[in-house]
Amino acid sequence: MVRVTRLLACVALFAACAACGGSDGSKSAEPSSPKAAPDAKKVDTATAATITGKVMLDGTAPANPVIKMSSDPTCTSANSGEVHAESYVVDKGAVQNVFVYIKDGLGNKYLFDTPTDAVTLDQKGCHYIPHVLGIRVGQPLDIVNSDSTMHNVHGMPETNREFNFGQPVPGMKQAVAFTAPEVMIPFKCDVHAWMHAYIGVVNHPYFAVTGSGGTFELKSVPPGTYTVEAWHEKLGRQEQSVTLGDKDSKEITFTFKAPAVAQ
Amino acid sequence: MRGSSTWLARYAKLVAACTVLLIAAGGMVTSTGSGLSVPDWPTTYGWNMFTFPLKHWVGGIRYEHSHRLIASTVGFLTIVLAIWTWRVEPRAWVRKLAFAALGAVILQGLLGGITVLFFLPPAISIAHAGLAQIFFCLTITLALVTSRGWKSSETPVDDPLLRRVAATTTALVYIQILLGATMRHNDAGLAIPDFPLAFGHLLPPVWNARIAIHFAHRAGALLVSLGAIATAAHVLRHHRNRRELSRPALLLLFFLAVQVTLGAFVIWSGKNPLINTAHVVNGALVLATSLVLSLRSFRAGFEPATVAVTRPAPPLGQLQGARP
Repeated sequence: MVRVTRLLACVALFAACAACGGSDGSKSAEPSSPKAAPDAKKVDTATAATITGKVMLDGTAPANPVIKMSSDPTCTSANSGEVHAESYVVDKGAVQNVFVYIKDGLGNKYLFDTPTDAVTLDQKGCHYIPHVLGIRVGQPLDIVNSDSTMHNVHGMPETNREFNFGQPVPGMKQAVAFTAPEVMIPFKCDVHAWMHAYIGVVNHPYFAVTGSGGTFELKSVPPGTYTVEAWHEKLGRQEQSVTLGDKDSKEITFTFKAPAVAQ
Repeated sequence: MRGSSTWLARYAKLVAACTVLLIAAGGMVTSTGSGLSVPDWPTTYGWNMFTFPLKHWVGGIRYEHSHRLIASTVGFLTIVLAIWTWRVEPRAWVRKLAFAALGAVILQGLLGGITVLFFLPPAISIAHAGLAQIFFCLTITLALVTSRGWKSSETPVDDPLLRRVAATTTALVYIQILLGATMRHNDAGLAIPDFPLAFGHLLPPVWNARIAIHFAHRAGALLVSLGAIATAAHVLRHHRNRRELSRPALLLLFFLAVQVTLGAFVIWSGKNPLINTAHVVNGALVLATSLVLSLRSFRAGFEPATVAVTRPAPPLGQLQGARP
């Protein structure tokens, strides 16, 4: 009996420690700067180049499933008509919500200031707005609840630290930051199972999310040869190699093949 | 004392029934993916668990918070069960069993909290699922051994082969439940998307960890089916007239058939949460039935409860006369 009591005491202590330290992982995500080489320099804007492009879909996009919001009347009343998932936003073959970034080629030759202005991820109408976004390592991400219902914010990175916190009161705002590059970090609300967002964290300014028309632009890129990657939550990833000369302007197109069956 | 003992048996059955409800609530939490919809523990969005306003029970919170409240209720019922058993039960091992149940439900609550605070790591979630079944088995055992049927003076069946096959089946069912929990908490429930075949073949043509876990659960179902059928066949052939064995044997076959059917529908429905949960609950009932059959097959080895309770002390002269 004494042994059982000791075991239970140990477990209780362990649980108490967990309760103190495990619930708010966002506090661990302190801003940090990417490590640069000793001779690293700022990008010379006089010679910098630009990459523009488009993301296209070859074939017909699968239909987005209908979202049933009946489990929360606040969500139902915030949306009119039939609500669909946001996985495929395709117009005339142009794919929206694709995260495009320079994956490789910059090395640690350049110095980039970490932006101090926050990027906002809003929870509005029981949707994450925006659905896909990019952010820099160390840059603050303000997560806001604009709904008059409860949300939990569950970030599920693999490299950075996972976190899950509640935003029970409308208007709540909490800032987090990521300590390492990671493309992509899924976010979800476990209260409303349909709510998903994806965040790309990089340690340089060369990223974009395709808007309407499926277009993107990466500006002020130093001359060199780079691997550019395009990521989509259902279509996957594609890479292209791009070589830029001084003041160059290159246009590239990513073409994803539409899946044969609805995902 | 006898009246109190009868009520204790009824109360133990109530605790076991509430535990089935608790397992169902837990099944709904995992089946709907609501395990992290309440990010804090033991509080609920900063509220005391018991004062969390009803208007905030939305989406996944309904499942997770209900599970916590039912768990708290079962915990309280188990405290009462342990104290009551300690006060009225003359058999020491039964008293210890009641406190083991109390320890198990406390540990279970802590595991539930820890798995939330650490974002549902599979190892802890599987331990939570496994301990739930252990606790359920303890409540079933307490309900059984405090019942009038267990204490009756009828000569128990003493069949070594039945003991072996029934105990083996019970162990197989428990291992199968652990495999199911491993599959569930590693998101492998649809790793093989078709049934009864696997990717159109008898054996999966491709393998990875999730497919292996899923396939092990299917193979486990086959072993459990063989064990349950063997147990029931043995009982119905050799002890057909013993209702305390034939009834759970038939019930075991019934629950087994339901379980296999539900398992198939879990796949065909793409893991419909209600079907998924029914599969979890019915799995617990398969385990409970097999356990009851096993315990009754071991009944001859237990101390006779009625004698232990009511045997009067022999006269001094008789004791002295027995000695040379």
